[in-house]
Amino acid sequence: MRRRMGWEAVSFRVTLWGLAILGVLLLTLPSVVVIVVSFTSGYSLKFPPPGYSFRWYVSLLDAWQLQFAAGNSLKIAIWTTTLSVLIGVPAALAIARSPTARAKVLDSLFMSPLVLPALSFGLAALMFFSLIGLSVSPLTLVIGHVIVCVPFVLRTTIASVAQLEPTLLESSASLGASRLYTFRRITLPLIRPGIMAGAFIAFMSSFDNVPVSLFLRDARTDMLPIRMWQDLEGKLDVSIAAVSGVMIVLTLSLMMLMERLAGLSRRLR
Amino acid sequence: MATRSIAAYELKLAAPLAGFFVLFFIAPLLILFYVSMQSDTGTSLAQYARFLLDPFSLGVLGRTLWLGVEVTMLCLLLGFPLAWAYVRGPRWLQPVLILVVLLPLLTSVVVRTFACIVILGRQGIVNSALVSLGLIDTPLRLLYTEGGVIVALAQVQMPLMVLPLITALSRIDPNMDDASAALGAGAWRGFWRITVPLSLPGIIAGCMLTYAAAITAFITQSLVGGGQMLFMPMYIYQQATALQNWPFAAAISIVFLATVLAVVSVFNALGRLSRAHA
Repeated sequence: MRRRMGWEAVSFRVTLWGLAILGVLLLTLPSVVVIVVSFTSGYSLKFPPPGYSFRWYVSLLDAWQLQFAAGNSLKIAIWTTTLSVLIGVPAALAIARSPTARAKVLDSLFMSPLVLPALSFGLAALMFFSLIGLSVSPLTLVIGHVIVCVPFVLRTTIASVAQLEPTLLESSASLGASRLYTFRRITLPLIRPGIMAGAFIAFMSSFDNVPVSLFLRDARTDMLPIRMWQDLEGKLDVSIAAVSGVMIVLTLSLMMLMERLAGLSRRLR
Repeated sequence: MATRSIAAYELKLAAPLAGFFVLFFIAPLLILFYVSMQSDTGTSLAQYARFLLDPFSLGVLGRTLWLGVEVTMLCLLLGFPLAWAYVRGPRWLQPVLILVVLLPLLTSVVVRTFACIVILGRQGIVNSALVSLGLIDTPLRLLYTEGGVIVALAQVQMPLMVLPLITALSRIDPNMDDASAALGAGAWRGFWRITVPLSLPGIIAGCMLTYAAAITAFITQSLVGGGQMLFMPMYIYQQATALQNWPFAAAISIVFLATVLAVVSVFNALGRLSRAHA
């Protein structure tokens, strides 16, 4: 009896840990391989590389198309994040604090871009803008991006507002503080990490957006992920590995910073 | 107004975002629907009839939906043990695992897909040889297998499965395991009879997010799947841009939107049921 249970416990642990390790490998291995390959001295994505060099990173200094696209993506992402926070945070406060059915409906509406196919929305937005005579421009890009990025700001902000102690705000009021003062000195500092985490994810997802940008950009507003995608459709270029290396390291550093500042991992669950 | 607590905020604060959504989200979707009703003979359902009577189009839809099922199953198979390892494993492992899960979630999808191409290219039967020979135009073609698309999509969408599972598993009282063991149930029995049922809300939430993301993942589908395998997002894109057939592209979009909406509603209903029981 004892031995049978022992065997069962062992088989259970081996299976679950084995699958978990397989999952970890699937998640990490590609990034590790890309970073190693990006330092290759050769012209191919051969792994392991024949030798190591910084040549593909140096080649990025001349890749003006990629730089131009990266600059555009950065600008659009900054505008999208700013606008998402400015109109998203008030909405999150309202939704988190209203128990009404109307607030629930608004919540589902604002969250729907997270699950609906963004490509369908991108096409719809293109038809809409051409109908009202607004030609494709950075403005239309920002508008489209806000729709798909604002849910992230809402989600983390609503969660942090929900954790606020109402008594804290009431005692501030009973001590004579105005609503605005209470908001500025009590509410805002307490929900700031939630806002920051949401803004960060909104920024990353705008920077990485393809399905909406696909329809709302033109040659003047080339975006980095689309440029990379089109480069990859044509050929397997090692300079894309160098771009990937830069992006992985930047993402990792920003993520560590946000973990410090806003407790990112606690807010994503 | 008089009873307004300082902790309450009026719904009015949501008005700017609501207006923004009505103007730039709902109105475009209505126009999409309007365009989908256009045809040579005026307003009609011709575009929908064309889609629903065309075996090719239905095949694309079916293949896309089935792809989502396969990817979700693979993510669950690897993601559940990963979340379990996070919750039940040693403490020092937790920051490592959360990094492993979060970094891919935040890394660009194009970068992650590219990484998959490099990996799959390496493990492909003839691919490594072709790439080393410098035949940079052809090697991608060997990636155009359904298995490759499934693995790449699973890699890209796995974090969406793991995060809700971690939340659900963390909520389970660890004493449940001890109680189950003390009553004589083996590890497997305890797992299937206690851990899995109690984490059902997380499983359903994770499956919904993974499924919705997998079937709409334009970049990964097109780069790893290539021209041989057509899925709904690329089908819409081709009809809208290459063929400039807006009414038909709009109709496919509406069909796809409605399908995703139906799947999400089913998952939401299941989620409510499971929470009521868990």
